[in-house]
Amino acid sequence: MTAIEARGLVKRYGHVTAVDHVDLTVRTGDVYGYLGPNGAGKTTSLRMLLGLIRPDEGSARLFGRDPLLEGARALEGVAGFVEAPRFYPYLSGRRNLELAAALDGGDAAERIDDALETVDLTSRASDKVRGYSHGMKQRLGIAGALVRDPRLLLLDEPTTGLDPAGMRDMRALVHRLAEDGLTVLLSSHLMAEVEDLCDRVAIVTRGRVVYEGALDELIASTSGRYDLRTTDDGPAAVIARRAHGIYDVTTSSRGLSFAADERAVAGLTLELAQAGIGLRALVPRTATLEELFFRMTESAPDGEPILVST
Amino acid sequence: MSAVAVRFRRPGVATVYAWEVRKLAAQKRTYIGLGCALLVPLIFITALLADDEGPEGIPFSDLVRETGLAIPLVGLYFAAFWFFPLITALVAGDIVATEDGNGTLKTILTRSVDRWQIFVAKVLAAFTYAFVALVLYVGVGLVIGGLIWGFDPLISLSGSQIPVDRSLSLIGGTVLAYFLPTMAVASLAILLSTVTRNSAAAVVATLMLSLIMQLLGIISALDFVRPYLLPAQFNAWQGLLREPIDWAPVIRASWVSALFAVPALAWAFTHFLRRDVAGG
Repeated sequence: MTAIEARGLVKRYGHVTAVDHVDLTVRTGDVYGYLGPNGAGKTTSLRMLLGLIRPDEGSARLFGRDPLLEGARALEGVAGFVEAPRFYPYLSGRRNLELAAALDGGDAAERIDDALETVDLTSRASDKVRGYSHGMKQRLGIAGALVRDPRLLLLDEPTTGLDPAGMRDMRALVHRLAEDGLTVLLSSHLMAEVEDLCDRVAIVTRGRVVYEGALDELIASTSGRYDLRTTDDGPAAVIARRAHGIYDVTTSSRGLSFAADERAVAGLTLELAQAGIGLRALVPRTATLEELFFRMTESAPDGEPILVST
Repeated sequence: MSAVAVRFRRPGVATVYAWEVRKLAAQKRTYIGLGCALLVPLIFITALLADDEGPEGIPFSDLVRETGLAIPLVGLYFAAFWFFPLITALVAGDIVATEDGNGTLKTILTRSVDRWQIFVAKVLAAFTYAFVALVLYVGVGLVIGGLIWGFDPLISLSGSQIPVDRSLSLIGGTVLAYFLPTMAVASLAILLSTVTRNSAAAVVATLMLSLIMQLLGIISALDFVRPYLLPAQFNAWQGLLREPIDWAPVIRASWVSALFAVPALAWAFTHFLRRDVAGG
């Protein structure tokens, strides 16, 4: 079942189009990265998914239900926070969770202790939230989401403002929740975070999605260049230049570099072996997500998706 | 009932209301309002003890040193000018706007309750606070005044003596009659709180509206408007303290207050239901 299905979402503020015909498909079980620079429209999209703001065009469905049409019923099994989790500063952490659980209904209150334990806030649960650090508020936000026993977790930049240890702990927590079977939509502008946690991504810039699909496919799509070190680089370069499907061969003190598809690379290794040249290293050189991100977000022409995979 | 049904049983308005009241009970602003409602009658009584003069020319002012039952009635007369609108606006003007300011509106709107439930709960919580403040204001004046000057019978505005037990019942009725325009003021404050999303602006604007209505009421050329403005409704309780009871001002207070409250709440409700929650 599709956890999130957004089609043609548009949100305008005066002359500014914050979200421009965004399509998103998050399948059940995905850990989905929503990646874009600040101001790209990620938070606005998330607010539309949760029914907090009305799209000017398009629609969003969570497990098949539209929050604008079905209200709170559409949010059953859905939890998370946008921008930053907010709590009543004059109430304790536990009291805030009790309030959240009361508004969730059912047996949510029974999960408060476990949620506090999961985010390691049990010892500070009785303190007023106004005394919490930023990291503690972020973790309390996760606890507030877990109280709902969600199937889908929407997290908007959950590591923003955290120190390195806090970021590591937060990522570990998201990892653990994903392993427990939760579908996660993680909005972030941090490449390492998305690369570490997500299996599918949408890259958004200036309100438009410029890529949506599997992360490994995105990275693999940019491969095609290889670094080669052999027992005898000189003759190896000659063979490579003559070989079918091998292009743009360059040599340096570190060995050879060339462009080729996988089949041609396999053929080259056989030719080198037949020539008595041994392989020391053959390494595919792929672009990092960061390189791809900048390539897409800084060069995307207005109105044209660069690449959309499904 | 199945486990799944239990798990997804959604909370009702009563649950949301209970938490709105708990939130009010945890905020300093609430105690400032209730504290003022408690303190002002004490100041008034202290002033009466310190000086033999006044107050003069207002209902029951000549009884304030003869029976404690007159103290809350004189207090209600004075509070109508700006004090009770301010006490009411202090919380009602804040109740939606503060959630915007703190960013907590998105927190509660992403749980299992609908927007209308939250709005209704907030209105009821604001009314509850105003009623508690009113009861406190009248109760303190009544008890402390009674302890000092005794609980002797009131003299009605028609000149007849009202037995103590009936006087107490009528003071209870007075509180209810006073609560009618108080709810109207609270409704205006809630509208301003919802639309402006700014607590201070909503509180000040509510108070200004009350004062403007006071001013309109003292312009003789606008005498025909006065019966339909809220300040006049704050004196409707005086009809209860006539023999026989004059219900006309109370009935007018009911519909005039509704005339202010219902459109204000309808506007606020529609705005709250449809608005974007983009802050926080």
